Amino acid sequence: MVRLKAGLWAVAFLVFALFPTVVKNPAFMTIAVYTLVYMACATSWNMFSGYSGYVALGSAAFFGTGAYTMALFSVHLHMAGGAAMFWLVPVGGLVAMVAAVFVGLVALRVRRHTFVVITIAIFFVFQLAAINMSYTGGSSGLTLPYVPWLISYFDVPFYYVALGILIVAVVLSSLVRRSRFGLQLLAIRDDEDRALGLGVKVFPVKLTGFVLSSFTIGMAGALYAMFQGSIYPQFAFDPIFDISVALMAFFGGFGTLLGPLIGALILESLQQYLTLTFSNGSLYLILEGSLLLFVILFMPQGIVVYIQQWWTKRALRAEMATPSGGAVAAPGVSS
Amino acid sequence: MTTLLSAQSVSKSFGGVQALRDCSLSVQKGSITGLIGPNGSGKTTLFNVITGYVKPDVGTVNFDGNDITNNRPDKVFALGVGRTFQLTRIFARISVLENMLVATQRDESWLRGLTRSKSSKGELESAMEGLDFVGLSRLASLPAGSLSYGQRKLLELAYVLVAGPEVILLDEPAGGVNLTLVNLIADKIRALNKEGKTFVIVEHNMEFVMRLCTSVTVMHQGTDLVSGSPAEVRADPLVLDAYLGGGDDPDDEAEQSDD
Repeated sequence: MVRLKAGLWAVAFLVFALFPTVVKNPAFMTIAVYTLVYMACATSWNMFSGYSGYVALGSAAFFGTGAYTMALFSVHLHMAGGAAMFWLVPVGGLVAMVAAVFVGLVALRVRRHTFVVITIAIFFVFQLAAINMSYTGGSSGLTLPYVPWLISYFDVPFYYVALGILIVAVVLSSLVRRSRFGLQLLAIRDDEDRALGLGVKVFPVKLTGFVLSSFTIGMAGALYAMFQGSIYPQFAFDPIFDISVALMAFFGGFGTLLGPLIGALILESLQQYLTLTFSNGSLYLILEGSLLLFVILFMPQGIVVYIQQWWTKRALRAEMATPSGGAVAAPGVSS
Repeated sequence: MTTLLSAQSVSKSFGGVQALRDCSLSVQKGSITGLIGPNGSGKTTLFNVITGYVKPDVGTVNFDGNDITNNRPDKVFALGVGRTFQLTRIFARISVLENMLVATQRDESWLRGLTRSKSSKGELESAMEGLDFVGLSRLASLPAGSLSYGQRKLLELAYVLVAGPEVILLDEPAGGVNLTLVNLIADKIRALNKEGKTFVIVEHNMEFVMRLCTSVTVMHQGTDLVSGSPAEVRADPLVLDAYLGGGDDPDDEAEQSDD
């Protein structure tokens, strides 16, 4: 089973790594870059919110921080447009982490619905700051150094950097899941006060998770700014982003490693594709809305969890059907 | 006998309700101390004050010679005071074994948790031993949320024990579970006490308390009324009045039907 899983991950990696060699159409490549960016962000978001149960709806604050880091550094350092700008991607991640420390120190003092509202409020503070400060270019935004690559080739470097960010996000999320730290986050999700009473230092643990998850989101934001070539406050700090990453994680499977990947892969690629195809009629909204409704109605825990449960049930049924087998009954200590 | 855990003159109000009023409790090392009293007499609040979940208005809590008043719950646990809750609290969406692992290192820094796996070999062994002790090892891989109420009580007892606290505060360990399980829990407590663990038990089941405890403190309206051996407490006229006997407290009837 472990080998099978490792094999599937390897196959998935190869498919993503070889994708640009097969698909040459720039329109599809652009969709692929956005999809990878969202897969990375949904995975990072889930690494904190999914594991700890603290549903943050302000991740765009870190995405935007990464984007503005890329824009401000490249503009003010008078960088020549080109591959050297990719060095600013990890810088964007680090600056986002610093921002997350301050946001976390405030927001993580409250729980549940209050936490959700506080994260939204803080997100708008970031957006307003970007609009009103002079050196961010205000509402007219910033134009980054021009990257002089051919259209046919333009998306490819971005694709591989995005893939790199995605791999960082998946590896980080999987390491957290296996670590004692991850176990503590899961304990906090189930009962924070009880965890505290069993020696879990809940505040530092929550803050660390929050800051770690902002790292890849900040990197993704930096890449996005370079990919776009120009940024505006309302797109770098986009409330739709806040909701999208959460939605993708819920859609695929909140709190699972695979869920946000599947959710973002389906939702982002579908949305981009439908926008491209039916942009005039807003028909894509109807199609996407129906898909969301379907999943919410029939798979409320997300696609991945639904399939897992279906698989377990099937295996159990097969076991019951064999004459010698039969599921091990739970010992009735209290019955 | 030395005093291991004590609360001195603790008072606590929630708005207009005075939950604790100059309340003191002294727990001897190696004892099983019962804490009884009518509903609303402040037993659980006293537990909350001792374990750091509630800050007292006045008064101090001492453990093993240290003042632990106002310490956070994780600190209190790290020092060696474990507790269970009246309404059993387990981590429902992680496995039974993982529940045990959460508590294995009571004094580890949070940074260490980032760099190490969920459990070392030794921790895994002691977690499995703990599950064996309460008879749940067969269910180790199931999500804890699928356990029955009684099994949850046992799991909560087991995971408090896994970090090896010196004193364990049990809030109604026999509440809402059947007789067989009550006896099982009593046996476990007795066995652990023989190994040197100190217990403080809040319980309404008088038979359970009287048979198990080496000393009993009776609480009434937020203050400690009487302390002594079970026999002394049972014979004390004050206790009979306030708790076991007649009077006009509507709680009394409920308590007696529990016996």
